[in-house]
Amino acid sequence: MSERAPAVLIVGAGPAGTRAAETLVAHGVRPVVVDEGLRSGGQIYRQPPEGFSRPASALYGFEARKAEAVHAALAAVRESIDYRPGTLVWNVEGGVAQTLGPEGVGRIAFDSLILATGAMDRVIPFPGWTLPGAFTMGGAQVALKAQGCAIGEPVVFMGTGPLLYLVAYQYAHAGARVAAILDTSSAADALPVLPGLLWGGRTFAKGLWYMTWPRTAGIPVRRGIVPVAAEGEGALEAVRYRDRRGREHRVACTGLGIGYGVKSEVQLAELAGCEMAFDPLAQQWLPEADGDGRARDGAVYLAGDGAGVAGADAAELRGRLAALAWLADHGIAVDRGERARLRAKLRRIMRFRDALERALPVPFHLARALPDETVICRCEVITAGEIRQGRALDPAELNRAKAYTRVGMGRCQGRVCGPAAAQILADARGCDVAEVGRLRGQAPVKPLGIRAGALAAVEDNSRAASI
Amino acid sequence: MSTQSPGATCRLVRVAETERPGVTVFHGARPLPALAGDTLLTALLCNGVALRRSEFDEGLRAGFCNMGACQDCWVTLEDGSRIRACTTEVQDGMRIRALDGP
Ligand SMILES: Cc1cc2nc3c(=O)[nH]c(=O)nc-3n(C[C@H](O)[C@H](O)[C@H](O)COP(=O)(O)OP(=O)(O)OC[C@H]3O[C@@H](n4cnc5c(N)ncnc54)[C@H](O)[C@@H]3O)c2cc1C
Ligand code: FES
Repeated sequence: MSERAPAVLIVGAGPAGTRAAETLVAHGVRPVVVDEGLRSGGQIYRQPPEGFSRPASALYGFEARKAEAVHAALAAVRESIDYRPGTLVWNVEGGVAQTLGPEGVGRIAFDSLILATGAMDRVIPFPGWTLPGAFTMGGAQVALKAQGCAIGEPVVFMGTGPLLYLVAYQYAHAGARVAAILDTSSAADALPVLPGLLWGGRTFAKGLWYMTWPRTAGIPVRRGIVPVAAEGEGALEAVRYRDRRGREHRVACTGLGIGYGVKSEVQLAELAGCEMAFDPLAQQWLPEADGDGRARDGAVYLAGDGAGVAGADAAELRGRLAALAWLADHGIAVDRGERARLRAKLRRIMRFRDALERALPVPFHLARALPDETVICRCEVITAGEIRQGRALDPAELNRAKAYTRVGMGRCQGRVCGPAAAQILADARGCDVAEVGRLRGQAPVKPLGIRAGALAAVEDNSRAASI
Repeated sequence: MSTQSPGATCRLVRVAETERPGVTVFHGARPLPALAGDTLLTALLCNGVALRRSEFDEGLRAGFCNMGACQDCWVTLEDGSRIRACTTEVQDGMRIRALDGP
């Protein structure tokens, strides 16, 4: 595809990638910007297809102005960057990104890489979660935001994290019926971290508003619950859960949104040679970078939720900071005051995020307690019991368990099952999650559809997984 | 084997943006009404049609993440090519194989 090696390749055109691109352009640099999505905006500011008519206020609520600003920022630099929407980067190796886009497979040579790959929902499986009608929380939001659809009638939202209340609100506001909000965290979790939460200022206030709003709308909110099962004949018909006192309840629904916060998309960072370190709060291996996003000096920079989840406002700051770091590292003068201001703002958000993660803790213990017959890997239908057998392996490490049970070998590369599989294996072995290691990122980071044009090139690459 | 659910059907429910022009996609021989700008996932699930059968158990599948990450929503087009339903926009007259999996 490309003839000349462009200096900087940005992967991701969400808030982080957009601000990185804008900052580079402002300093006379023309990056290549690649995003798998057909439209810019990333996850939070996802834009619906052509022909949709709801205004930004309906799509993004309180964040409408920010969404419009991020979209406008990309549109403003559109002619000053080499923008390639609808293009997946499925491998990076030796200064070359391998892509699959509208014209088939391609290669983009780069000197520096800015990865702004974002995040996806963190999922904790439970019995019945593979039934049609069960979606991730983010998936439920995409259905509404980008397609004008509810995932069922009525819908239950279950899990924890800020998206739980936000998506429920968006559904109810759009006229969809929300039968219940089932939160695994309890109010007691928030008390010890209240001072940290106050760092959130307006964000915290909005969060509180989203959490209290359902009560006034008559939508039942249950906190401190334990998911029991999703059930139905061929498709979802109800969800069962236990309340704080251990009593079981059943809520009829045809749509279920599940999510426990989001987790970073790190496969490309790993392929690009970043050092990975275990983050105890997120219980995830994350690529290492300094406060500005420098991961491998001069070569790889990380921005946004792909480098540890901190939310959309932080993503914009981190996109700018990564670009400024790149500029400074390449001898281009940058405004020092500006960098200091961005860093200070980011520090404030990080304090809040840390408190927020503790206030709405991810119930990793639920994965550990799942019955043996629970499906953990939905790609290849591998159960908790099968993963537990991996404890006899020596060393009982996740990649060994993967070879043995195939967990994480399916099409999603362990994006969905990985966190739960690690918890289950660690628990069976009686060791810390960090000790079971991680599923290593492999090319292609997502399966390439076997379409005529792509086929030949894919066959060339012996490691390309077939789908 | 059909990808129509035996018991309950999984359905997406349209709550907004219904003024778009109509298009038709074919699930096997069956024409399904859809709207321009729908993803294939939306088009099929709005008609109560699950996407595929799991290759590893008898379960029907109807997508999960809706954002191209979980790979749960691959469907086979009539020409044999496989595509991800949640990230592919429908085209009028698109033909999807009704049978999938072994
Ligand atoms: C489904 C979903 C919904 C969310 N909704 C909200 C919300 O309503 N409110 C909120 O505060 N936060 C939300 N979040 C959290 C969200 O991660 C951040 O708020 C914000 O979007 C982070 O910005 P970012 O630029 O870091 O990443 P993103 O916005 O996720 O952008 C990353 C971009 O990189 C692209 N990309 C990734 N990998 C590749 C690749 N290999 N090749 C090509 N392109 C690639 C993606 O297509 C995407 O456009 C949501 C997250 C998810 C997953
Ligand atoms: S539903 Fe997850 S990739 Fe399509």
